[in-house]
Amino acid sequence: MNFDFSDDDKMVQDQINRFLRDNCGFDEFRSVLEGDATYSDSVWRGLSEMGVQGTAIPSAYGGVEAGYLSLCLAARELGAHLAPVPFSSSIYLAVEAIQRTGSEVQKEEWLPKLASGQVIGTLAVTETLQEQVPEDITTTFAKGKLNGIKLVVPHGLMADVAVVLARTSDGLSLVLAPLSDVMRKSIDTVDPTMGSATITFKDAPAELLGESHDGWSAMSAVYNRAAVLFAFEQLGGAERALDMAVGYAKERFAFGRPIGSFQALKHMMADMYVALKLAESNCYYAAWALQNDADELALAAATARVSATQAFQLCSRDNIQVHGGMGFTWEYDCHLYYRRSNYLALVLGGLTTWEDKLVSALPDAA
Amino acid sequence: MEFNDTKEEAAFRGEIRTWIDNNAPDYLFEPLSTSGFGSIQLDGFDPMAEAKQWQKTKAEAGWACLQWPKDYGGQGASPIESVIWNQEEGVYGQLSRMFIIGQGMCAPTMMTFASEDQKQRYLPKLASGEEVWCQLFSEPHSGSDLAGLRTRAEKDGDDWVINGQKIWTSGAQHSEFGILITRTDPEVPKHRGLTMFFLDMKSAGVDIRPIKQANGDSGFNEVYFDNVRIPDAQRLGGVGEGWKVSLTTLMNERLAIGGSITTGFPEIKELVDQLRIASGTAINDPAVRSKLADWYAKSSGLKNTAARAISALSKGEVPGPENSIGKLVAGGMMQDIAKFSLDLQGLSGAIVDPEIAAGSARLQAMLMRSPAVRIEGGTDQILRNIISERVLGLPEDMRADKGMPFNKIPVGN
Ligand SMILES: Cc1cc2nc3c(=O)[nH]c(=O)nc-3n(C[C@H](O)[C@H](O)[C@H](O)COP(=O)(O)OP(=O)(O)OC[C@H]3O[C@@H](n4cnc5c(N)ncnc54)[C@H](O)[C@@H]3O)c2cc1C
Repeated sequence: MNFDFSDDDKMVQDQINRFLRDNCGFDEFRSVLEGDATYSDSVWRGLSEMGVQGTAIPSAYGGVEAGYLSLCLAARELGAHLAPVPFSSSIYLAVEAIQRTGSEVQKEEWLPKLASGQVIGTLAVTETLQEQVPEDITTTFAKGKLNGIKLVVPHGLMADVAVVLARTSDGLSLVLAPLSDVMRKSIDTVDPTMGSATITFKDAPAELLGESHDGWSAMSAVYNRAAVLFAFEQLGGAERALDMAVGYAKERFAFGRPIGSFQALKHMMADMYVALKLAESNCYYAAWALQNDADELALAAATARVSATQAFQLCSRDNIQVHGGMGFTWEYDCHLYYRRSNYLALVLGGLTTWEDKLVSALPDAA
Repeated sequence: MEFNDTKEEAAFRGEIRTWIDNNAPDYLFEPLSTSGFGSIQLDGFDPMAEAKQWQKTKAEAGWACLQWPKDYGGQGASPIESVIWNQEEGVYGQLSRMFIIGQGMCAPTMMTFASEDQKQRYLPKLASGEEVWCQLFSEPHSGSDLAGLRTRAEKDGDDWVINGQKIWTSGAQHSEFGILITRTDPEVPKHRGLTMFFLDMKSAGVDIRPIKQANGDSGFNEVYFDNVRIPDAQRLGGVGEGWKVSLTTLMNERLAIGGSITTGFPEIKELVDQLRIASGTAINDPAVRSKLADWYAKSSGLKNTAARAISALSKGEVPGPENSIGKLVAGGMMQDIAKFSLDLQGLSGAIVDPEIAAGSARLQAMLMRSPAVRIEGGTDQILRNIISERVLGLPEDMRADKGMPFNKIPVGN
């Protein structure tokens, strides 16, 4: 047994961390939050130059083929810096769907462009105002045309191509649709930096992703893999929120002493740390399962997803508490972590859904 | 990153499996599997006698305290090998855990601070279960605030004379030896006036009185010292350096306790797989699933955290205070799981008779034993203090007694 990342993987992580620290600071983030930009083009291009988008994509399709362990660490850094780029939708969702389900021709056409960052992808599922079940999907795909409305598509504002869950003659399927001629409209969400859009498909040209398949289970398989990568983003965010809380608690004084000496706050932060450690260890295990396509993946992914969601939500929430009134200002970054944690908690289906998946994946005699 | 056994590890596991199949006391399999939490019940067999027999069998075949050096009764095995042993030992590990205080806490202290002769004399018998050890730290007036202890040791020739009282001493009634922390200088600040010893529990003047616990067991004791003489040669570490010595013990305590984590998850899973509630089989109920998922995520998080500690150990790194999270998470979780399990069963959940209650009343036993998990070996609050101060680097608690000579510190009742 060796339960750690390799030195090579950690070195790459460190490079990404330094790049984001130097290039994805407050101003860059705020230009997306408050300005006209929907994402940070300079950060996106910088990541491309480092080959980050192609980390886990085979070299035959233009990737770096450095594996999923390395991608997990990249995700952790992107999460820690709240990087305002369409990385998660493009890489964890679109690339995974195309790699898993796409035909050879589709892979050859799309993966190299996604790997280089030249093209941005996403996955479009949600249509109605509740956690989606198969019956909610009414977007149709027939005779090469897509029709329907996807209500909230992460990074739908800037995506060039979407994998779309749609109804076909024999049930649900994943469909590949270039987004050049569709109607898209920005939709406000709890995290304005996720580029969410409502996309209307009206006789939009599209093609079936790969051969005939069961779209719901194909999507679930993508979700299981993406859950691990999102969990690493959540972990990165949780860790940064805890760091902020600890840093502030050491410097802010009240009643003649640092607020970090009050036991109520110390114990709150100890609990944040515990949640973080549990999530981290579960994430490590899930990373191994993802890299090795292990039988344990479904359970490991759900476990990582549940505990990373809990950890990020707890840490971002209590980070605000530690900051007092300052934590509730637009100016301070606390709310950005709070927003991101609550958006990411929903992006593959909410916590309850993943709790249910976890229990379904438990072996009979646990 | 790799979780599966290497070829050598798989071979080692196979060897253990075969040996256990051939040598374990299989007549105890059933009672050990259904035994409650806290003290074990073995259908009329004496648990301590059975535990000693099993430990001896293991020692003779070279399976006791695997990771200890060969000279002291172990095999010099790697951390991974001893983990594989623990995994394969399964239910019989409950017998071995009766020696955990001695082997897990007293032994590391002896290995670090005792003389070579003493190590050769005491450690092999501690490994083989022939001699049992206990930890004499807590006192009526000092548990969390261990450094506030009052038991006095005064030098008299080549001996020290001990007077005072310890309390909550687990297993003192079965013990041949114990490690004892005392106050040798009451005129300096509390952490500086302490000295550690080990002693023969049969020494004249030692009086052991069992305490009946809240769950009805009697695992711990009061131990009184009335002019007990300990040779200076049995001092561990320097005079006045007992605090530093105790930290060795306490760090290992957290590891020893954190190492074999019981969380209650398998028990509740087994219950809800079968139990019928208003909405159908309990496991299909959304509220049950939600809690189950949370508990699984926690218990798997602990398991994976322990695996990371082992992985660090095997690379020669020292696992840090972050291992405090094991007991902190598991204690509260056991209590929650027990409460919820009983709740699902309505009034029948109150039945503690193992012949009648679901799951041999293990969950009821857990309800009654789990409060102790949140106290023994550092309370939940002390563990949070440790995490916030030593891991997160937050400021120390304000201490009313800071820098004060011990004998000037205000005391309550
Ligand atoms: C089953 C069991 C077995 C045990 N076995 C042994 C043994 O073998 N050997 C041994 O030496 N001891 C043993 N103990 C004793 C155990 O270590 C102590 O009970 C424990 O350290 C708490 O000390 P206390 O009981 O004096 O409680 P106190 O220290 O008086 O604590 C009372 C309450 O105050 C809180 N508190 C205290 N200080 C602080 C602080 N600084 N910040 C916040 N809250 C605080 C505690 O968390 C607790 O809630 C055992 C205890 C139990 C329950």
